[in-house]
Amino acid sequence: MTLSLFFQHLANGISLGSLYALIAIGYTMVYGILRLINFAHGDIVMLAAYIAFYGAAIFMLPWWVSFLLAIVLTALIGIVIERSAYKPLREVPRIQLFTSAVAVSFLLENLGIVVFGGRPKAFARPAFMDITIRIGGANVVSYTFVIIGVSLILFAALLYVVKYTRVGVAMRALSKDIETTALMGVNTDRIISIAFAIGSGLAAVGGILQAIKFPQINPLMGVMPGLKAFIAAVLGGIGNITGAMLGGFLLGVAEILIVAFFPNLAGYRDAFSFGILILLLLFKPTGIMGEVEPEKV
Amino acid sequence: MRSKKFSLFISMLLLLSLLLGACAQAAEPEAVEPGEAAPAGEELEEIVIGVYEPMTGAQAAGGELTMQGVYLAHAQVPEVLGVPIRLVLVDNRSDKAESATAMTRLIEQEGAIAVIGSYGSSNSMAGGEVAERAGIPVMGCSPTNPLVTSDKQFYFRACFIDPFQGRVMAKYAIEDLGVERVAIIQDVAQDYAVGLAAFFQAAWIELTGSDEGIVAFTSYQTGDQDFTAQLAAAMAENPDAIYAPGYFGDAALLARQARELGFEGYIMGGDAWEAPELIEIGGEAAEGLIFSTHYHPDAALSPTSAQFVADFEAEYGERPSAFAALGYDAYMLVIDAIERAGSFDPALIRDAMAATEAYPAVTGNITMDANGDAVKDAVILTVEDGEFVYLTTVSP
Repeated sequence: MTLSLFFQHLANGISLGSLYALIAIGYTMVYGILRLINFAHGDIVMLAAYIAFYGAAIFMLPWWVSFLLAIVLTALIGIVIERSAYKPLREVPRIQLFTSAVAVSFLLENLGIVVFGGRPKAFARPAFMDITIRIGGANVVSYTFVIIGVSLILFAALLYVVKYTRVGVAMRALSKDIETTALMGVNTDRIISIAFAIGSGLAAVGGILQAIKFPQINPLMGVMPGLKAFIAAVLGGIGNITGAMLGGFLLGVAEILIVAFFPNLAGYRDAFSFGILILLLLFKPTGIMGEVEPEKV
Repeated sequence: MRSKKFSLFISMLLLLSLLLGACAQAAEPEAVEPGEAAPAGEELEEIVIGVYEPMTGAQAAGGELTMQGVYLAHAQVPEVLGVPIRLVLVDNRSDKAESATAMTRLIEQEGAIAVIGSYGSSNSMAGGEVAERAGIPVMGCSPTNPLVTSDKQFYFRACFIDPFQGRVMAKYAIEDLGVERVAIIQDVAQDYAVGLAAFFQAAWIELTGSDEGIVAFTSYQTGDQDFTAQLAAAMAENPDAIYAPGYFGDAALLARQARELGFEGYIMGGDAWEAPELIEIGGEAAEGLIFSTHYHPDAALSPTSAQFVADFEAEYGERPSAFAALGYDAYMLVIDAIERAGSFDPALIRDAMAATEAYPAVTGNITMDANGDAVKDAVILTVEDGEFVYLTTVSP
């Protein structure tokens, strides 16, 4: 393999990985606070892409207005889902919360098929993101830089929020113990809503960037990336934001490289990702950055 | 406590009634033996012709295009042997398991005496097993994999099959385009794509005498969105052309990414590329794509084609696709078989279908061969200024 080809693969892998990372963060935030695997997360990705699509295609909004609108609306939808499907179940065994998440996921997918139609739609890429640039023998389209840039900026902003703001402190406290945090005078419902809004907002960015990279959207577009992001979150150590980022990038690059080095195994690419998940759960369920925590009694 | 017991009792009762209902429904088609009912044709209020097509999922566009043709044909010929036809469409969701379920529902619940469908060879193979056991004849509109009809007594089709289609494209690539090095990228999750890739490869070896010209052979999975790894690996071998027999949605993304990675050669595919989505999603990358398919209004494969195009344009305000034409033909072939059988007995309809000879269909004259496959011409299309444009016709 020549060096330029390797760079080509690496560029492809990193741009795929940033998408996984953005979606993985939402999984990890919700899990960190509620111990809930929010399986509807991938479908929120889909909703954002459709809102952005309709904003630009039907209402003729400039692309940045429709993207912003999609992010805000999706964050609100995230809050509504939490309030209606998860909050009433906070006191019951967690398996029911999980079941409710799966139900929301199916509801959104099928609603998507009914409302948006089953046929895929073409997503228009803003012109400045559609320029092919040649760097050291590798062809890179300008959206790749946008995806990586946006991801890094959002990661930095999120880390700042979680580490240094009052909301961030409250979130971290919630993830340790909800009841005690409530006793300290923290409005837990509000913090949980904010966590869902941030997670869904990031998923929205992920959805829009995914639609830019792969300009074909359909009601089931969030399923696979959602599962992959879940693997990335587990890989990085679920509950850990830096881990989710790392896991996303790693998974994206690994997926591309496995096809690059073993073209005959290209059809088993997804099997490879899920194989990683199984091995992780068997041998290192805490992932790369996760910490072992004693089970609360 | 009492109310809990009571609700348990009620739910058991409901469950029981559900079971009874299901039994009653399953028994229904047997109660009315279609064969016995046939002589007393006037007493029948209606007969059911079932259609199973992908109306949602990755292949939804193909299903919708096909249904345009089926609905047009049904509007033109709404009854057969003096009995009105009720057309029942069941969505198979582009999914193998759902296809088997859809076929079961059409036969057992709706009492279909014949079935049309489906777009997608994998869907058709799953549905075909069910129809074969039930003894209900099926007329496939566009499933091209040979396995759909081989070893099946009750499955027929209005289209050609992939050994022919693969050869058509290999021959065109070598002789007309002058391709010397080709990379094949197949959708490994679709019987259609795997078959077509293999037949293309076989024809290539036969025509050039060696497999040296096939410089890369790799795969992806239906619904994959990222093809950059496969493309970059294939392009490292400097191919003149990429042959990617998959479905339109994936193909559009693949073509786009190939151009983004700087590929300048030909990108070729099969009949499953024909859908508006190929052009909408592919954008500029769709320009110059080349693929083989069943029909094009400009190809004029048969005398009935002109009338069909006129009727179609009057109904839908656009030109018909190959799949609409095949949907139309499939419906008309079923009607033709019922008329020649003179009966609504599925077994007799099956025999009449098998005996179809020189039927003047829109997509060409159809004669069923021993396997139940139509032997017909293929056309080669390209994309020019956002339209499918006819290049040439290739005969078997």
